[in-house]
Amino acid sequence: MLHIVKKDVPKTREKIVVRLSAVLAALAVASIIVLVAGANPIELYIGIVQGCFGSLYRFAATIEKMVPLLVLSLGVMVAFKMRFWNIGAEGQFLMGAVGTTLVVRLLPDLPLPLMLLLMIVVSFAFGAVWLMIPAFFKARFGTNETLFTLMLNYIALTLVTALQYDFWKDPAANGMPKIANLPENALLPSAGGFNLSILMAVIIVLAMYYFMNRSKIGFEIAVLGESENTARYIGINVTKTIIIAALVSGGLCGIVGMMQTTGVSGALSTEITGGLGFTAIIVAWLSGLKVPFVVVNSFAFAVLLQGASYIQTAFQIPGSVAEMIQAIILFFILGSEFVLQYRFVSDKTKSEVA
Amino acid sequence: MKKRLGVLMLALILVVVSVAGCSSGSTSKKDEVTKVGFIYVGPADDGGWSQAHDNGRAKMVENMGGKVETIVKENVPEEKSAVVSTIRDMVDQGCTIIYGTSYGFMDGMVEAAEEFPDVKFEHCSGYMTSDNMGTYFGKIEEPRYLSGIVAGLTTKTNKIAYVAAMPIPEVIRGINAFALGVKSVNPAATVNVSWTNTWYDPTVEKAAAEALIQQGCDVTAQHQDSTATMEAAKEAGKLSIGYDLSAATTMPEVYMTAPLWDFGGYYTDSVQSVIDGTWKSQQYWGGMNDGIVLLDDLTALAPGSAQAQVDTAEAAIKSGQLNIFSGELKDQTGAVIVSAGTKMTDEALLSMDWFVDNVVGSLK
Repeated sequence: MLHIVKKDVPKTREKIVVRLSAVLAALAVASIIVLVAGANPIELYIGIVQGCFGSLYRFAATIEKMVPLLVLSLGVMVAFKMRFWNIGAEGQFLMGAVGTTLVVRLLPDLPLPLMLLLMIVVSFAFGAVWLMIPAFFKARFGTNETLFTLMLNYIALTLVTALQYDFWKDPAANGMPKIANLPENALLPSAGGFNLSILMAVIIVLAMYYFMNRSKIGFEIAVLGESENTARYIGINVTKTIIIAALVSGGLCGIVGMMQTTGVSGALSTEITGGLGFTAIIVAWLSGLKVPFVVVNSFAFAVLLQGASYIQTAFQIPGSVAEMIQAIILFFILGSEFVLQYRFVSDKTKSEVA
Repeated sequence: MKKRLGVLMLALILVVVSVAGCSSGSTSKKDEVTKVGFIYVGPADDGGWSQAHDNGRAKMVENMGGKVETIVKENVPEEKSAVVSTIRDMVDQGCTIIYGTSYGFMDGMVEAAEEFPDVKFEHCSGYMTSDNMGTYFGKIEEPRYLSGIVAGLTTKTNKIAYVAAMPIPEVIRGINAFALGVKSVNPAATVNVSWTNTWYDPTVEKAAAEALIQQGCDVTAQHQDSTATMEAAKEAGKLSIGYDLSAATTMPEVYMTAPLWDFGGYYTDSVQSVIDGTWKSQQYWGGMNDGIVLLDDLTALAPGSAQAQVDTAEAAIKSGQLNIFSGELKDQTGAVIVSAGTKMTDEALLSMDWFVDNVVGSLK
């Protein structure tokens, strides 16, 4: 029989070797599928890189995919730091987008700067409230936030579906269930494929770095994550800390709803998240809940997403193959985390040692 | 320690980028090849709508010899940013004409057409056009009417299931045409509609079909891109009218016939006009006479009397003798919408938002 045993903290060199070999192994395995699909794997991998950096437009497309993922991951990170498992980024994203659209519907004639400012505030509030609900129940009654936040995703999605197919359905769309496109005065300014959400993301990254590493509340969140008893012992107000962390976490995810609605999609729809709220969980976790690594990993994931999209059209491989390549790479990288943290011990070796 | 890993990754990225940059510079493109983009809402082998387009695309490529190259993108959601970025990808790779094959691509295509005035766009089933964007579609309601005749003759419970995607005029028109075909041979039968709110989601489609079958329907019809509705009929031992593509070999247990699309001819003519420089933005709406839509051959499962009645109706439609949407037509409340002796205008057909009186179901 084999047993799984937790290892000591791995050395840096081991980490580099394991992670690099994970990527190489993933590419090797994916090559088989690429070959079966009738393409040349080496050309295809170069194609992924070309698809992300080959022209200014493609680079802009990569950044466009990175920005929402980055901010979502930062949001998820704050909650995770506190061992508060916010699986609800997807729902908070949607609620932020609902808040954004609500602003336009209620005050359609605001000038652009005021409109954007109000949208940021409202989308933050909507996202925050969506996470405050499970946070409140956790702080007050000790409910399990993993399930709670997960389920709230579906409630948010159902709400958006109801809005899109009924309450906010655009009467001018000839029966097509869609919500009307935002007017000009509610769209994020952009130039050459880069829109203002990039600047927002930079500000958020800097603010979050300060918040997590330099501020008192950031410290309190970290302590609470390590041990609730320690936190209580040194006089941290646990309920208050949970609520503030949830506010920031949900709020950031909510702002992504505003960024995507006003900067990319131009209208609220059930498709707006593209599943990024779940990808963000992986990014935050792989980054060890540290801001600089969240930036690096969001970029790496954006490269993977944009590259996969590009090779579909450039190499005419089926969409499912591109998704399989993505999945294989992800699988190996996540698998390597396991190899780094655990090792196998067989009964035989154990008894020999004994 | 971790910083070093980051630096290493960055260095790696830079190296790969520079290598990629060099290799992209060395490939030269042939000017004589026209690149054509196709955007699908589902997979190219969905067994329905997207596959019908992909078959048309393949036929076009074959007809054009080596003069064209096609770029296909599958599974593009009906969301503006996704459509626009797909089109940017395609233009970036040299496409000069792009076909978008789902209704919900409209907004994205309109925006992209503005962004790329030198590229031609054709949108299937939409209604918005511009100087460099046209639309194309077929009168699928003609073969749908014929398939309604088959269904109407088949049903014993007088309840026919119709699994439908979205309450937009195209789908509503198809349901009404089908229902009128049913009515022409079986005035007692009803067409029972269930909305799935998706073009392609086999799980949802199948569940909708099962629910209708449980309510007593013994024949299924569909406006969906997959064969899941027929799958449900097969499990329940019922019979089916398909859609988009012939399922005679894939669903032999249930398949009687289907209204079909044949885009090959249209795509060939359209791409040829781009090559010749004669392409113009237009609203193409072909019928059975043009070959873009047709009814599949009836299988042995169809009732014996169906063939003759279908043939008669088909000849009447083709000759213009029979207009499917001529009065008197009543809606579900019994109100007369089209009075006796009048025909519906194209405009009224393209914005149809009411059901004829033998349809059971809501418009939401």
